[in-house]
Amino acid sequence: MGSRDMIEIKNVSKVYKVGEIETRALNGVSFNISEGDFVAIMGPSGSGKSTLMHILGALDTPTSGTYTLNGKDVSNLNDDELADIRSEKIGFVFQAFNLLPRTTVFRNTMLPLMYSGIDEETREKKTEEALLSVGLEKELWQNHSNEISGGQKQRVAIARALVNNPTIILADEPTGNLDTKTGQLVLNTFKKLNREKGHTVILITHEDEVARHANRIISIRDGKIEGDKIVKV
Amino acid sequence: MKLADLLHEVYTAITVNKVRSSLTILGIVIGIGSVISMIALGQGAQTSIEDRIQSIGSNLLTIRPGAQSGFGAGGVRGGAGSADTLSSSDVEVIRQNVEGIAGIAPEVSSRYQVVARGSNTNTTVLGTSPQYVSVRNIDIAHGTFLSEINIRNFSKVAVLGSAVSSDLFGEASNPVGQKIRINGSNYTIIGITTEKGGSSFGSSDDTIYIPISTAQRFLTGSDSVNTINVSVADDYDMTLVEENITSVLLIEHGINDPAEIDFNIFNQGDIVETASSITQTFTVLLGAVAGISLVVGGIGIMNMMLTNVTERTREIGLRKALGAKRRDINLQFLLESIALTLIGGVLGIALGLGISYLANNIFGIAAEVSTFSVILAFGVSAAIGIIFGYYPARTASKLNPIDALRYE
Ligand SMILES: Nc1ncnc2c1ncn2[C@@H]1O[C@H](COP(=O)(O)OP(=O)(O)OP(=O)(O)O)[C@@H](O)[C@H]1O
Ligand SMILES: [Mg+2]
Repeated sequence: MGSRDMIEIKNVSKVYKVGEIETRALNGVSFNISEGDFVAIMGPSGSGKSTLMHILGALDTPTSGTYTLNGKDVSNLNDDELADIRSEKIGFVFQAFNLLPRTTVFRNTMLPLMYSGIDEETREKKTEEALLSVGLEKELWQNHSNEISGGQKQRVAIARALVNNPTIILADEPTGNLDTKTGQLVLNTFKKLNREKGHTVILITHEDEVARHANRIISIRDGKIEGDKIVKV
Repeated sequence: MKLADLLHEVYTAITVNKVRSSLTILGIVIGIGSVISMIALGQGAQTSIEDRIQSIGSNLLTIRPGAQSGFGAGGVRGGAGSADTLSSSDVEVIRQNVEGIAGIAPEVSSRYQVVARGSNTNTTVLGTSPQYVSVRNIDIAHGTFLSEINIRNFSKVAVLGSAVSSDLFGEASNPVGQKIRINGSNYTIIGITTEKGGSSFGSSDDTIYIPISTAQRFLTGSDSVNTINVSVADDYDMTLVEENITSVLLIEHGINDPAEIDFNIFNQGDIVETASSITQTFTVLLGAVAGISLVVGGIGIMNMMLTNVTERTREIGLRKALGAKRRDINLQFLLESIALTLIGGVLGIALGLGISYLANNIFGIAAEVSTFSVILAFGVSAAIGIIFGYYPARTASKLNPIDALRYE
């Protein structure tokens, strides 16, 4: 662990305004995450988990407070600057897979590389590596994304998340749409990536069973941190 | 994002919903196709009308007796040509005093019953001079036209228009040397004109030409002429020559007040100009009507692109989450609409060429596809893609990735 933490969240609040009504989704949240960690963020529905993930993933900026990523303040960037951060440093895995329909597994995985302007040869190599590291059989690579199972879809999504070699892999309820057994397989994939390749993984869930796989569990409730404990070293 | 990747995305997007893409493209195909074919028909009409007028001679001034009036109305009015104010001496005066005349040919004409070997026909007998052939662009198929000697000798010779010849002697025969009877006298046929066809301005095919001296002495019994045709030399201004003729004739006729003028001059150049401006208006009108269907096609593109953006909101959100910038999304959707219109443009050009081909070869209507209109159609279809794709593409690029990902 470096002297400086990779992620520094300081007193971050997020307020949504719908008409006259203000919702304080995050209320003065502070924590640090160091490189190579495997963190689970837990909390009941509506506690602000997804809001936190959007900020961590540079999809959104906080209403107040600061977010420093690799020593760079990213709390006040515009749309395209945020896109650059996402392209370079973040890999997302969504609950709903979000693969492009009628597009091959291979091309789906390669998508982030197309937006980062890497040359063709390198990006095909990286795509192959990513698909191999999530254990997806070569026979499936040219299948369309709607021609594979849910567990396979989520592994394609993970491959897509790590193809850019991002600093952080963010997963919002990645097992929410999967049965227990397939979910287990996906979680093992995250664990392997964290342990063997040193990827930093932040996983959002409301299931203890899922959070159990992480090294550290941050629990939030009503937009505030309720607990933060290291479960494994 | 690289162009090749963008094109791949565009290809996927267009082929995913083939029916919808095809219908949208069809709108552009019809628009471009009708613009091209309508302009082709308009230009075809313009050329064929100009050709017909040109065949009479666009450098022609026609002088007729009667009161001067504006172009058009005066020509139609029965009064023109009925007075006897022009005579052979006017022809000489013009020939000697006006510069820039390539040829001058007076006319005396009237309809007669003409008899030849038992068959007979009612036709125009026109007394004129040798220059008539050059002034009115007449070609001789057999024999010769009237000569100066014929004029001087009051010869009873005749040149038959092709239609008269076939009426009296049958289609294929060459009656040069045979005789016809006009108003009780025999005339020897010395020539037959080549069929000119088409010309609705007094058919030169249905006319018998005889020397003007003969016509004046034996048929009209006076020195007056019905018409004086003047062809203007190439490097002279027709209007100037027209003005000079007017002033020369005013002096010759002893008229001081131009309001009492006793002849009309028709300028063929004016007619050509008027006709082409009419057909040009006609072409523009046709093109504009077709243009409306092109705009409707463009609205179809916009409609499809907007539907696309809505349907693909989640996809757009995902692309943004994966690092796509506004520009990437904007370009993707813009290229998609440009691709649709360009495909429509190419097919539309093919349709336009097809319609013009059918018009020319099956229906016999002149249609001229110009390279200009093809290039224009291509440019216009690309422009429509940009114009009608701009708003949907912008809408897409501005979507907030979080909202877009959440979109159901
Ligand atoms: N775009 C938005 N506009 C307005 N309010 C919002 C918006 N997004 C979230 N909220 C509100 O912010 C609070 C936190 O929402 P968030 O999505 O972060 O919860 P969550 O912990 O992810 O819940 P779940 O487990 O159900 O996904 C909720 O009260 C929610 O209604
Ligand atoms: Mg959530």
